[in-house]
Amino acid sequence: MGRKLLLEKAHIEGIRHYDVYRKEGGYSSVEKALKMKPEEIVEEVKKSGLRGRGGAGFPTGMKWSFLAKPEGLPRYVVCNADESEPGTFKDRYLMEFIPHLLIEGMIVSSYALGSNNSYIYIRGEYDWITDILEEAIKEAHQNGWLGKNIHGSGFDCNIYVQRGAGAYICGEETALLESLEGKRGNPRIKPPFPAVKGLWGCPTVVNNVETLAAVVPIINNGGEAYAQIGVGKSTGTKLISACGNINKPGVYEIDMTISVEEFIYSEEYCGGIPNGKKLKACIPGGSSVPILPANLLLTTAKGEKRLMNYESLSDGGFATGSMMGSGGFIVLDEDQCIVRHTYTLARFYRHESCGQCSPCREGTGWMEKILLNIEKGKGKMSDIDLLWDIQRKIEGNTICPLGDAAAWPVAAAIRHFRDEFEWHVNNPEKCLTENYGLKHYADPIHVPA
Amino acid sequence: MIQFKETSLAKVKEIIARYPSGKQKSALLPVLHLAQVEFGGWLDVPVMDYVAGLLQLEPIEVYEVASFYSMFNLKPVGKHLFEVCQTGPCMLNGSDDIIDYIKQKLNINVGETTSDGLFTLKTVECLGACGYAPMMQYGKTYKEHLTKAKVDAIIEECRAKNN
Repeated sequence: MGRKLLLEKAHIEGIRHYDVYRKEGGYSSVEKALKMKPEEIVEEVKKSGLRGRGGAGFPTGMKWSFLAKPEGLPRYVVCNADESEPGTFKDRYLMEFIPHLLIEGMIVSSYALGSNNSYIYIRGEYDWITDILEEAIKEAHQNGWLGKNIHGSGFDCNIYVQRGAGAYICGEETALLESLEGKRGNPRIKPPFPAVKGLWGCPTVVNNVETLAAVVPIINNGGEAYAQIGVGKSTGTKLISACGNINKPGVYEIDMTISVEEFIYSEEYCGGIPNGKKLKACIPGGSSVPILPANLLLTTAKGEKRLMNYESLSDGGFATGSMMGSGGFIVLDEDQCIVRHTYTLARFYRHESCGQCSPCREGTGWMEKILLNIEKGKGKMSDIDLLWDIQRKIEGNTICPLGDAAAWPVAAAIRHFRDEFEWHVNNPEKCLTENYGLKHYADPIHVPA
Repeated sequence: MIQFKETSLAKVKEIIARYPSGKQKSALLPVLHLAQVEFGGWLDVPVMDYVAGLLQLEPIEVYEVASFYSMFNLKPVGKHLFEVCQTGPCMLNGSDDIIDYIKQKLNINVGETTSDGLFTLKTVECLGACGYAPMMQYGKTYKEHLTKAKVDAIIEECRAKNN
């Protein structure tokens, strides 16, 4: 059984409310933090090895240390709760069941970074969770953890929740800041980075929900204790939201030492695949990261067991590996069609492209149409190369990473499942009523130059 | 004349106070959400103009934002709005069948409203409920693990509310 730091108490009755949360040791990290110097907190977070849990995996302590501190300008902590990467629903779970953990983590982080007014930007559809968070904030105010001069420390802190309105792109930190300023969610050109020029032109740190929540155990137990959990540069615990064709979809907290195989098949986690079906493929870290066929998912190209951590999931690069990403773990069984699945993702990215950069605005639409054609048995063999060509021209050529995010799923599907695309082209009628199944799914074939 | 009720105006004030002075434009998304709920489930041009006036913005600043975000409806919608997710993880769990079933049951296509003005069906992209698929947004919350029987029950419930 893995160690739990964030969700250990999420199922205690009434934990959503302050009294129970406090009785269970809640807000002790704030008590401890207020006796420390802000720099010491940043130092503990650095020591913990915590990496951003939103998807990019950037070391949080380092991100914090980049925050500019010019005289006379306020600084801001902004929580990215715009969880919208397909396959990802872990932040929702944390906020819904144990909202005070996020509030507690944000107070400590705000103190460490000198933010007197911090914001939670939550996706607009999480309307009822907004109410839950606002209730938790109200309770924190009533008990002196927010407001003026928190527990006599001289530190003032407010937290506000702001709802988005349905735009995946606002999960990108600069688009999020634009949206928080009341504008369209068009990502900004970097540099300047938010650490220098963020919200309303002021130095800003944007962190994911899970990242900010993880600050609580880091301060409670010390950065070193946190770093001892896990393996290598994958320290601490990670929330994985598992979905697709598995027996027990849901949110699991893992300490990143277990194997992918154990995660999928053990009763403690996903509980295997329904109806005795075989595993065909999996996207281990949210829809943007490369899909892997079963053999490469369970074993790296070197023949080692693949583990559920940053290093192991990316072992082999994009040729034979994938990424930890946001922890959105999507499992496909033998009956699923890779072309159809890739099409729904391409449609998603076309819908969510902000339209600012031509390669992404135009390319995502092209990919969607071509994939639909192939899926409907109207594709040509040259379409597969055309798809490859388009995704290459999007990747790296846009202001923000949505371009890459749209390109990678298509690239990986062709890289590993080209035979299935070709079968669709060669069997325009059969592909409407039958699925390709498992044939050759294990072979990484035909990687175009 | 378009005018928020008193409680909503108080809420608008409270929202503006969350930001530094002069940054009231930040209140735009929350205020548009309020307006959509209060003025019939969608944002007509006069409503957007009213919001612009409240926040001291040019109307175009409101239009360009309202048209960017998919939760803001720029056309009238039915009394009950069903927004069914169709992205990868939901598709793997049969969302296509659910969408077809609702279409057939309400006798409308995606994007349409029933002739009695009661129901609108929309498809949406990933709402972050992948583990509880297939799902749809209805009102403030999600309806998850959808089956045909569940869809029937939801529709019944909506109709009952209306009688």
